[in-house]
Amino acid sequence: MTVQELPGAASYRPTPPPAWKPRTDPAPLLPDPEPYRVLGTDAAAGFAPAVLRRLYAELVRGRRYNTQATALTKQGRLAVYPSSTGQEACEVAAALVLEDRDWLFPSYRDTLAAVARGLDPVQALTLLRGDWHTGYDPHEHRIAPLCTPLATQLPHAVGLAHAARLKGDDVVALAMVGDGGTSEGDFHEALNFAAVWQAPVVFLVQNNGFAISVPLAKQTAAPSLAHKAVGYGMPGRLVDGNDAAAVHQVLSEAVARARRGGGPTLVEAVTYRIDAHTNADDATRYRGDGEVEAWRQHDPIQLLERELKDRGLIDEDGIREAAEDAERMAARLRERMNADAELDPMDLFAHVFAEQTAQLREQAAQLRAELAAEAEGDVR
Amino acid sequence: MTTVAAKPATMAQALQRAMRDAMAEDPTVHVMGEDVGTLGGVFRVTDGLAKEFGEDRCTDTPLAEAGILGTAVGMAMYGLRPVVEMQFDAFAYPAFEQLISHVARMRNRTRGAMPLPIVVRVPYGGGIGGVEHHSDSSEAYYMATPGLHVVTPATVADAYGLLRAAIASDDPVVFLEPKRLYWSKSDWSPDAPAAVEPIGRAVVRRTGRSATLITYGPSVPVCLEAAEAAQAEGWDLEVVDLRSLVPFDDETVCASVRRTGRAVVVHESNGFAGPGAEIAARVTERCFHHLEAPVLRVAGFDIPYPPPMLERHHLPGVDRVLDAVARLQWEAEN
Ligand SMILES: Cc1ncc(C[n+]2csc(CCOP(=O)(O)OP(=O)(O)O)c2C)c(N)n1
Repeated sequence: MTVQELPGAASYRPTPPPAWKPRTDPAPLLPDPEPYRVLGTDAAAGFAPAVLRRLYAELVRGRRYNTQATALTKQGRLAVYPSSTGQEACEVAAALVLEDRDWLFPSYRDTLAAVARGLDPVQALTLLRGDWHTGYDPHEHRIAPLCTPLATQLPHAVGLAHAARLKGDDVVALAMVGDGGTSEGDFHEALNFAAVWQAPVVFLVQNNGFAISVPLAKQTAAPSLAHKAVGYGMPGRLVDGNDAAAVHQVLSEAVARARRGGGPTLVEAVTYRIDAHTNADDATRYRGDGEVEAWRQHDPIQLLERELKDRGLIDEDGIREAAEDAERMAARLRERMNADAELDPMDLFAHVFAEQTAQLREQAAQLRAELAAEAEGDVR
Repeated sequence: MTTVAAKPATMAQALQRAMRDAMAEDPTVHVMGEDVGTLGGVFRVTDGLAKEFGEDRCTDTPLAEAGILGTAVGMAMYGLRPVVEMQFDAFAYPAFEQLISHVARMRNRTRGAMPLPIVVRVPYGGGIGGVEHHSDSSEAYYMATPGLHVVTPATVADAYGLLRAAIASDDPVVFLEPKRLYWSKSDWSPDAPAAVEPIGRAVVRRTGRSATLITYGPSVPVCLEAAEAAQAEGWDLEVVDLRSLVPFDDETVCASVRRTGRAVVVHESNGFAGPGAEIAARVTERCFHHLEAPVLRVAGFDIPYPPPMLERHHLPGVDRVLDAVARLQWEAEN
């Protein structure tokens, strides 16, 4: 027996009092049933060639960056590297849709987005190499520290965007999170705050199929992650995350909307993580080769390359140039990462508080003495 | 200028004036939390701020502690100075993730490039007959997290002075407000000029020669009362009010213990792995040769905070302090 069928249910359920009305019409907020695509469709014809070429060059560099950083873990130069191979379209588009004054809030997997935004590739790897937690001044490129605890950077993005709006600056914050991260409480709180405050924020979920080993089906029962937006009162957009043009367009629209005071958007990009979670993960335990192969056939670089070729926007020379440029970047990265990091152990105490406490001064003195003894070969 | 007759103020009023003065002086100071706007906070500590400064400066947020502190992080990143109210001690726990993983270490992880000047105000402690989750003393959790200042006033004047300093600090400050002292009166007046107290300095509230009571927050009045009572038994007790748990003022505390040779740490949070354990160890390490007796602790029992009808058995009162003082006559007993 359902609630409606209970005896007296009809009289028990009052009609809503006159003051009640839905606050927001959900219909315009609902995502498309299928991920939005540009490449290979009619929509591609109108797409600016310059943007497509730029995206292509960055995708090729991004892919090379991923393979190079992965190789550096094998050589012990990086403690760990969460590769975004297969997801480069999301990474690159996220960086390119922002103005200089905007802010990017990346997660640990989004090194590439930070680099595409202009961050020094070595500084971007400081966290993963292990010389310091954040290798850059976040204000310089307006990139928040790569965030390791899942989804916790999302409320930061909301707060920053809100603060900017209070100051009258037309700054937008774009925050990136994985599919697993959407289950965290901070994801919910961030979306809710953003919608209530109408903060100029864009949330980009990279749904790459897995949270380490756990597939999306065990993460959520929602029709899509983009659907989650509706409950907060913001639009949800579903996009093919391997279609660089589509991701660029959907994010650009969301950023423009936020900038003109239209409030936040939740964008779900459906993509796939080709590599394992990190070099420490054995992906064969939770997925088959067939699945990976199917996604390889939907590769973001190949999709875009085909489009550029079909429209005569690139020839073999152009493709070779992009590859050579990426190779030079990789060689330079290798070279710089092979140089040992210069570390000052006294830095341990330098940035805990604005002013060192007496306790920290004592501990710094202790370490200084230990270092001096060590330097004199005075090992006890 | 109209002169207002100086009238005594409560701690709640002193805290409110501290925020009002800070907001008037510095447009980047923002107050935010649950019910802090129209209602003025459930303890009325933010009373009138929304009216005076507008809802953008004193904001009723959605009901979500992690969200409140998490958005405050972003606001601080953009140059604001958020003063966040957590409604009650035990309701701050959902925000621990933001506090520990981000607030406490953003300066450090960015090598000083991104300090977070956030004040987290937490009404804490028992003695007001609150039901479960309304009386916790959480200071040990905060103290154990590097990167946070932890401050707690015991007097009305300090409530003003320390909160002003906390708001002015470039470091995050967990500002613990002893809620049973919210309505304690004093001769401090909200209309008179008021001093800002630097964070990190303990103060001797009462001088004495026989032993030192080391305490803070809601236990300060208890210790002062105990010191008065002890006089009848020939004990002349010194009372040190720490005011700041982090940074810790070893100097003032140890100078006192070296003078008296005996010490009792008094607080109402749990004793096991509590603040008193740290304080007793520090004092012992630094003053061992001056000590006539082991440093003793008088603390709450190691139990979840009890229901209101039993809390008087849990909270360390004057008698328990006096019992400890009696136990300091170490030589006589051994
Ligand atoms: C709060 C928190 N819990 C657990 C982890 C450990 N962890 C790191 S990555 C990860 C999976 C995240 O999956 P998803 O959000 O889908 O992002 P992806 O790795 O696929 O980019 C987990 C569980 C963490 N970093 N933070």
